[in-house]
Amino acid sequence: MGDGGSAPLHRHEGAPMRVRLEKRPQPSRRWLYLSPLLAVLVTMLAGGALFAALGKNPVEAIATIFWEPLFGEFAFYYRPQLLVKGAPLVLIAIGLSLGFRAGVWNIGAEGQYIIGALAGAGVGLAFYPLDAWFVFPLMVIAGAIGGLAWGMIPGLLRVRFGTNEILVSLMLVYVAEKLLAAMALGPMKNPEGMGFPGSRNLQQYPSAHNADLIADTGMHWGAVAALIAVIFAYILLGRHVLGYHIRLTGQAPRAARFAGVDPARLVLFCLGVSGALAGLAGMFEVSGPAGQVSIDFNVGYGFTAIIVAFLGRLHPFGIALAGLLMALTYIGGEIAQSNLGLPAAAIQMFQGMLLFFLLAVDLLTNYRLRLLPRPETA
Amino acid sequence: MTLKTLLTGATVALGLAAGAVTPALAQDDKTKVGFIYVGPIGDGGWTYEHNQGRLALEEHFGDQVETIYQESVPEGADATRAITQMALNGADLIFTTSFGYMDATVAVAEKFPDVKFEHATGYKTAPNLSTYSARFYEGRAIQGHIAGKMTKSNIVGYIASYPIPEVIRGINSAFIHARKANPDVEFKIIWAYTWFDPAKEADAATALIEQGADVILQHTDSTAPQAAAEKAGGVVTFGQASDMAEYKPFPRVSSIIDNWKPYYIARTQAVIDGTWESQQVWDGIGPGMVGIGEITDAVPAEVKEEALALKDAIASGDHHPFTGPLKKQDGSDWLAEGETADDGTLLGMDFYVEGLDAEIPQ
Amino acid sequence: MMDLSSISPILLLASIMAASTPVLLAAIGELVVERAGVLNLGVEGMMITGAICGFAFAVNTGSPALGFLAAALGGAGLSLLFALLTQFALANQVASGLALTLFGLGLSALLGQGYVGIKPPPTARLDIPVLSDIPFLGPVLFSHDPMVYIALALVAAVWAGLKYTRAGLILRAVGENHDAAHALGYKVVRVRVLAIAFGGACAGLGGAYLSLVRVPQWTEGMTAGAGWIALALVVFASWKAGRVLLGAWLFGGVSVLQLNLQAAGVALPVEYLSMSPYLITILVLVIMSADRSRAPASLTRIFHASQ
Repeated sequence: MGDGGSAPLHRHEGAPMRVRLEKRPQPSRRWLYLSPLLAVLVTMLAGGALFAALGKNPVEAIATIFWEPLFGEFAFYYRPQLLVKGAPLVLIAIGLSLGFRAGVWNIGAEGQYIIGALAGAGVGLAFYPLDAWFVFPLMVIAGAIGGLAWGMIPGLLRVRFGTNEILVSLMLVYVAEKLLAAMALGPMKNPEGMGFPGSRNLQQYPSAHNADLIADTGMHWGAVAALIAVIFAYILLGRHVLGYHIRLTGQAPRAARFAGVDPARLVLFCLGVSGALAGLAGMFEVSGPAGQVSIDFNVGYGFTAIIVAFLGRLHPFGIALAGLLMALTYIGGEIAQSNLGLPAAAIQMFQGMLLFFLLAVDLLTNYRLRLLPRPETA
Repeated sequence: MTLKTLLTGATVALGLAAGAVTPALAQDDKTKVGFIYVGPIGDGGWTYEHNQGRLALEEHFGDQVETIYQESVPEGADATRAITQMALNGADLIFTTSFGYMDATVAVAEKFPDVKFEHATGYKTAPNLSTYSARFYEGRAIQGHIAGKMTKSNIVGYIASYPIPEVIRGINSAFIHARKANPDVEFKIIWAYTWFDPAKEADAATALIEQGADVILQHTDSTAPQAAAEKAGGVVTFGQASDMAEYKPFPRVSSIIDNWKPYYIARTQAVIDGTWESQQVWDGIGPGMVGIGEITDAVPAEVKEEALALKDAIASGDHHPFTGPLKKQDGSDWLAEGETADDGTLLGMDFYVEGLDAEIPQ
Repeated sequence: MMDLSSISPILLLASIMAASTPVLLAAIGELVVERAGVLNLGVEGMMITGAICGFAFAVNTGSPALGFLAAALGGAGLSLLFALLTQFALANQVASGLALTLFGLGLSALLGQGYVGIKPPPTARLDIPVLSDIPFLGPVLFSHDPMVYIALALVAAVWAGLKYTRAGLILRAVGENHDAAHALGYKVVRVRVLAIAFGGACAGLGGAYLSLVRVPQWTEGMTAGAGWIALALVVFASWKAGRVLLGAWLFGGVSVLQLNLQAAGVALPVEYLSMSPYLITILVLVIMSADRSRAPASLTRIFHASQ
C-alpha cells in the first residue's frame, strides 16, 4: 500500500511542496468526530460571509440562527418547535442511513413520506367520527405499510431488473405529489369544507390527533418514534448480524457476497425499512403538526433528511444530533427572515453549504495529508 | 471582521439574552401590522398586490404604523409558527394572505386573543378573526364579454388552477357573458393544479393556442401565458391579479387587479381607533376591491364601450353576473328569469352552467 | 366532449421539439460526464444556476446570446465545485451530486431575488427561408429558435466525437477502466474535470433555455425536476448519444401531449395524465435496465491514483 517513492502520482501542480494524499488504513477516529464540528464551524464562517455580502450583520445573523431559538426571548416557544421540526428529519434519516451504508440509495423518501401520510390519514378519515382507542394505532400501521410499499417499488425493480433505485425512487416522488393533489381535491376532500381543497383537519378529531404527549413540548408520537428508531438502529448496526451485513456490504461488497450476504434481501430490507420510517414520519406529521391532507403538505423533509444522514455520519446518535442542528437552522432561519429581513434563499444555501463542507472535510477522515519535500531531479 | 462589528454583535447577543427577562409587550404608540405571504413579493401577481397594500399602509399612516412581513411561507406547521412568531413579536393586526393558512390562523388566534387576525379567502371566523375576499367573478364577467366579442375562432382558452368554487365561479361568469356576446363561443379548459408556475402556464397556454384558442383567460398568477400569446401572435390575453402592463396594448387588452389598499387601510384604522370587529367581507368592483385594468385600444371601440358600461352596471349593483334564466350543466333549472344567485350558492359553487362542454375534475 | 381533431399534429410536433430541448441539452452533457466514469447527480442544480445566470445576463445586457453564454459559464462554474469534491477531495459522488443540487437551488434562488416577474429580451425564431415553407415538415423542423438547432448539433458532435476522435477514445477509456487508463499515461483527473465542466455548461444551457425561451421568465425552482429527467434519459439511452435524442422527444412528447389531451376534453382524470411522464420514465428505465452491462464500468467508482 502506498507507492515506493518514485514519481508522485497525485500532485498539486506548481506547489512548492508536494502534497500527497495517503489513504488511511482505517478512518481516523479523531476526525470522525471532529469533521462534522469543523464543517459546522466553516459553514458558519462562510455563511457569515454570505450574509455580510447580502448587507446583513454576519454576527447578528449567525447569532439569530443558532442562539435565538435556544436561549432567546421566545425560546420557550421555539425549543419545542425544534422537536417538531427535527423529529421527522431524524426518523427519515435513520432509515436512509441504513441503506446508504449498504450502497442502497433511497432518494425518494419524500414520496414515501407522502404515501405514508395518505395511508395514515386515509384510515383516520375512514373512521371519522368514531371515537375509539384503536383508530390511532391503525393509522400508524397504515402509515408504515404505505411508506414501505412505496419504497419497495424501487427495491423490487432493482432486485428483479437491476433498475437504478435512485431514479425510480425519485420519479415516484413526483407521482406521489400528484397523487397527493388528487386526494386533497377528490376522495379525501372535506365534505364540510365548502368545496375547498384539503381534508378534514385531523387535529380536531381526537382519536386521530397526534397530540403532544406533554402539552406544548413538541413531544408528539413522532418524536417518540424517532427516539425509538435511533436506539433500534444503534442496536441493529452494533449488535445484530443484519447490521453487520449492512456495514460489510457498504465497505466491501465482494467480501460480503462471499460471507453469504444475500444482496437482494438486503436491498429489500433497506428500502423497506427506510420507506416505512419515512411513511411513519409523514403519518405523524399529517395527524399532528400539519393536521390535514393538503396539496402543499410536503415541504421537503425527505430531501433534507439526506443531509441529516450524512451530517450525522450515518451513525444513529450522530443523526439525532444532526437532526436537531438542521432543525435549528430552519427555525433560526425563519426568525432571521422575520427579524433581519434575511431572504429565505440564503438559508437554503446555508444548508447546502453545510453538506458541501462536510463532504470536503470528510477527506481528512479517510485520507492523510502528507507534505513531502520536492524530489531531487536526477 | 472589525472589532466594531464584533462588539456590536456581542452587544446584540447580550441584548437578546437580556430581553428574555423583560416580557414582550405590544409597542406603545406604533401599531404593528404583520403580513404572511404565500409567495415571493416579486411574483408580479397575488402576493405582489398584497404587498402593494402593505406599502400603501406605510405611506398612508407614516410613523403611526410599522409593518413586518414574511414571504413564501408554506402552509401547515410552518405557517402556524410564522404567525405565532409575528404575534410574539408584538403585532397588533396580522393578515394571512392565503386560503391554506386557515386552520393555522384559527389556532394562533385562539392563543392570542388580543391580536386581531384577518384571513384572506377563508370562511372560519372568531371574535378576533375576520375573513375577506374579493368578488373576482365580477371582473370575469367583463373579461368574458370582451372575449366573446373579440374571438375570431370562437374558441376561448381558460387556464384554471384548482377546481375550487372561486375558480369555477370565474369560469362560469366568464362563460355566461361570453355566450351572451357571442352564441357560438366555446371554452377549452386546462387545469394546471398550481397558482403560480410559469413553465406549466406557458405550456398550457401553448397547448390551448395549438387547439385553436385565440383568447386566453387565466386563473394562474404569472405572465407566462401573455408571453406565450405574444410569441404566437394574434392571441388576446388578460392580466391576472395585477395589471401585467408590460404586455400592453396587446396581447393584454385588460386585466383584473386585486386592490387590497382601501381594505387594509380601513382595517388598520379600525384597530388604531379601537373599533375593529370581526366580520366577513366580500367586496367587488363597487367598493374598489376588484380593479379593472385599462382596456386598451386593441379592443374595438364599441366593445370597449359595452365593457365599461357592464363594469358600471355591476359596480352600481344594477347587474349581477349570475342572473337568471340560467340552467346547470346537467340541464336542471337553477335561476329563474330575473333571479340572482345568493352568496351561499356562489361560495360553494361546484357545478358548471349549461353550455360548458367540459367536466369538473373530481 | 372529446374532440381529438382539434389537436393539430403539426403544432404538436413542433412543440415537442421545443419542449425536449432543455432536457436534451442537460442529458447530452451528463452523458459525456458518465462516459468518463463520473455520476453527477447535481444536474438539477446546474440547470437552475444556468437558468438564473442566463436570465440575469440577458436582462442586464439585452442580449439573449450573451445570456446563454453566461448560463454555460455559470453551469460549468458550479460543476467545478462538484469536480473539486469528487476528484480532489475524493468524496462520495452520490452525496456530492445531491449537495450540488441543494446548493444550486439555494444559490439560484438568492441570485434571482431581483428578477422575478421581469420580461427577458426575446430570442428570435429562425425561420429558415425556403425550408420552413415546406408543408408539414417546414413548421415542424425548420421554424425554431437557434438553440433547438444548437442542441441537435451538439448531439451530433458528441456522437461523432466519442466515436471517431482521439479525445473521445481517451474519455471512454477513462470511463471503462480508470486504473488502466492511468497506467497508459492518460490524465484521468484532468479528463474527468473537463468532462464535468462540459456537462455543467450543457446543463446550464438547458436551464437558460427554460428561462429565456420556453417560459420565458425566472422563478425559483423553475426547472421542476428537469435535471432528474435528464439523468434518467442517459440511462434510457444506454449511454448512446443518438438514443438521448429519442428519449428527450419521448419525454417532451408525453408532457406536451397530456396538456393537449386535457384541452381537447379527454375524459382521463387530469392528475393521472400529469403523472404520465414520470410513470413512463420508470417504465422505460425498467425496460432498459436489462442493458445495464452497457454502463461505463468505472461509473461512480472513486479514482485514487496510489491504489
